[in-house]
Amino acid sequence: MAETQYQEIDTLLQKNSFYKEGFYTQTVVDKLEKGINEDVIRAISAKKNEPEWMLQWRLQAYHHWLTMKEPHWAKAEYAPLDYQDYSYYAAPQCASCATDHDATEDEDALIDPEVAKAFEALGVPLDDDAEIAVDAIFDSVSIKTTQREKLKELGIIFCSFSEAVQEYPDLVRKYLGTVVPYHDNFFAALNAAVASDGTFVYVPPGVRCPVDISTYFRINEAKTGQFERTLLIADKGSYVSYIEGCSAPIRDTYQLHAAVVEVIVHEDAEVKYSTVQNWYPGDEDCEGGILNFVTKRGLCEGRNSKLSWTQAETGSAITWKYPSCILKGDNSIGEFYSVALTNRRQQADTGTKMIHIGKNTRSTIISKGLSAGKSDNTYRGLVKIMPSAEGARNYTQCDSMLIGDKCGAHTFPYIEVENPTATVEHEATTSRIGEDQLFYFKARGIDEEDAISMMVNGFCKEVFKELPLEFAQEAEELLKISLEGSVG
Amino acid sequence: MLLEVKNLHAQVAEEDKEILKGIDLTVNPGEVHAIMGPNGSGKSTFANVLAGREDYEVTEGQITFDGEDLLEMEPEDRARAGLFLAFQYPVEIPGVSNKLFLFTAVNAVREARGLPPLAMDEFEALAAEKMKMLKMRPDMLERSVNVGFSGGEKKRNDMFQMAMLEPKLAVMDETDSGLDIDALKVVADGVNRLRDGQRSFIVVTHYQRLLDYIKPDYVHVLYNGRIVKSGGFELAQELEEKGYDDIIRQFSE
Repeated sequence: MAETQYQEIDTLLQKNSFYKEGFYTQTVVDKLEKGINEDVIRAISAKKNEPEWMLQWRLQAYHHWLTMKEPHWAKAEYAPLDYQDYSYYAAPQCASCATDHDATEDEDALIDPEVAKAFEALGVPLDDDAEIAVDAIFDSVSIKTTQREKLKELGIIFCSFSEAVQEYPDLVRKYLGTVVPYHDNFFAALNAAVASDGTFVYVPPGVRCPVDISTYFRINEAKTGQFERTLLIADKGSYVSYIEGCSAPIRDTYQLHAAVVEVIVHEDAEVKYSTVQNWYPGDEDCEGGILNFVTKRGLCEGRNSKLSWTQAETGSAITWKYPSCILKGDNSIGEFYSVALTNRRQQADTGTKMIHIGKNTRSTIISKGLSAGKSDNTYRGLVKIMPSAEGARNYTQCDSMLIGDKCGAHTFPYIEVENPTATVEHEATTSRIGEDQLFYFKARGIDEEDAISMMVNGFCKEVFKELPLEFAQEAEELLKISLEGSVG
Repeated sequence: MLLEVKNLHAQVAEEDKEILKGIDLTVNPGEVHAIMGPNGSGKSTFANVLAGREDYEVTEGQITFDGEDLLEMEPEDRARAGLFLAFQYPVEIPGVSNKLFLFTAVNAVREARGLPPLAMDEFEALAAEKMKMLKMRPDMLERSVNVGFSGGEKKRNDMFQMAMLEPKLAVMDETDSGLDIDALKVVADGVNRLRDGQRSFIVVTHYQRLLDYIKPDYVHVLYNGRIVKSGGFELAQELEEKGYDDIIRQFSE
């Protein structure tokens, strides 16, 4: 009986073969041959017309990467990757010629119409009057950054990482690699060597960014790794809300996504960083899904600075991601709100690190893990209170929900306290959506899909309320689709 | 005739042990039937089979509800058609507010009856009225379904759901004797308030205590998967005095 108890839920979940972002866009592509070596790195750098210091930084990272070993400590199983079997640069041709072009007013004319169509289908607004400013990244290049002129009037720099290297080299040099050094870990080193494109944001002192700023990442080409690099700097007393979204076509082999995000928050500044991740999870057995190996870290450099990470992770075959805060400034605040959903054979090993250095630094961690199908969902988090962190406080709440009986939820909290005045609290719960609850809903006239959706949203609402409104809705929709596959 | 059960046989799904061995029961609109019996006689199984719980498998017999073949209907469709199961132990649903739960349920039932959905403010007005009638604190609507509720509060919440969903037939599964007297009064009070000459009830219970408050029109004794004796309210009183021993002696196999 134990085997059949959840059969109905399993059947329901199996309907989820529906990934509406899984289309492929036909374009003329400028793509490097598969493989990685020094020439490839030089070629990438040359294509982007980079200054010498950037090339040297890449090469340094590459040589360091060669000495490192692919990490397999996460609670996720995958065969060692063949790094020679990926292409490290792919760009729709029209867009790649745009990078040689510095006139922004006729940028539209340079976007491949097929690429523009793809973003339209994904609901990403590429016009300058939308509620949100967008950097649209297609494979290795940024194809359009909207509202940049409007933002520029306020002194806010919002452009692709490649453009920032050209136009704001001093800022890039000052901050690049200061939070995530090229030697930080295996995938960060790989990223530094072959970084494709990404977003660069700088908010000057005292400026409150009037719109949400966002990046939409789209992997299109097969066997192409995406290695975007995002650098976000909030200068003294500024505020910005930044959002990223992701998707990829359906493929039958694993696709590698190894991004690095660095955030620097100065005195009295606040950054809200939200992610709605919907990478392709793969087929029923998660073959062909995205391997999402990402390093995200923020430095709360100044006093009273605040960094808040909110993530809704629903896609990818494997997620390996720990958005972290280094709380250096006194009274600085780090927050991490996460919903991670795994279904089928997806594996997620995600969490955060809160490193308390400054006095009276505070951190909050709210993690909600949802496991369904035959998936594994792991929370892994570190709270570290350094000797200097007088009066530091952390509150951690880690909840797991199991849907069905073939999935797993795991929690690995690491707590290191080196200052006796610190307060660290940890709470954890595990619950299961069971037949009894489902029957209770049905006995009141509510069908199973609505029942699961209501319970899941109820479980996640503490995190969703941290997301910007429309993204909270998107996240709810995504959960619904990921769980039920019936929403068209 | 609202409900007609004919020769109902049922067993625990995927086990060979028959629990209901041929039940016949007819319930007309407005009638209150009590089903009593010793432990293990199949009372709770009968209530759950009516509501469509999938843990049980019907192997023989028919059930007609309001002219429809009940056994062909999914549990949610039975609820929408006007069958309500009051749970012995109402389930806790963390994170889902009573308001959202019941708002969704009420509108699902209304849709099945061809009625337009209630707007939130209409729903709230109706809920406030029913809560007042059941002497419930208004903040109960905002709390997660049954989470942290006392036994009595859970029962009251179930009666509140019944009042909101306005079923044609309410099946009260009060098999367990563990309910305290206050919780029993809540159930009895809920039933009595909703008795309107049209709505029917099947009250499943072990003890006569509950029936003292409800005063059913008919009492049936279930033993070993069959209704072995039927009568009026006096049968319940008789059982209270003599216990089930006579019945067991008379009908044991």
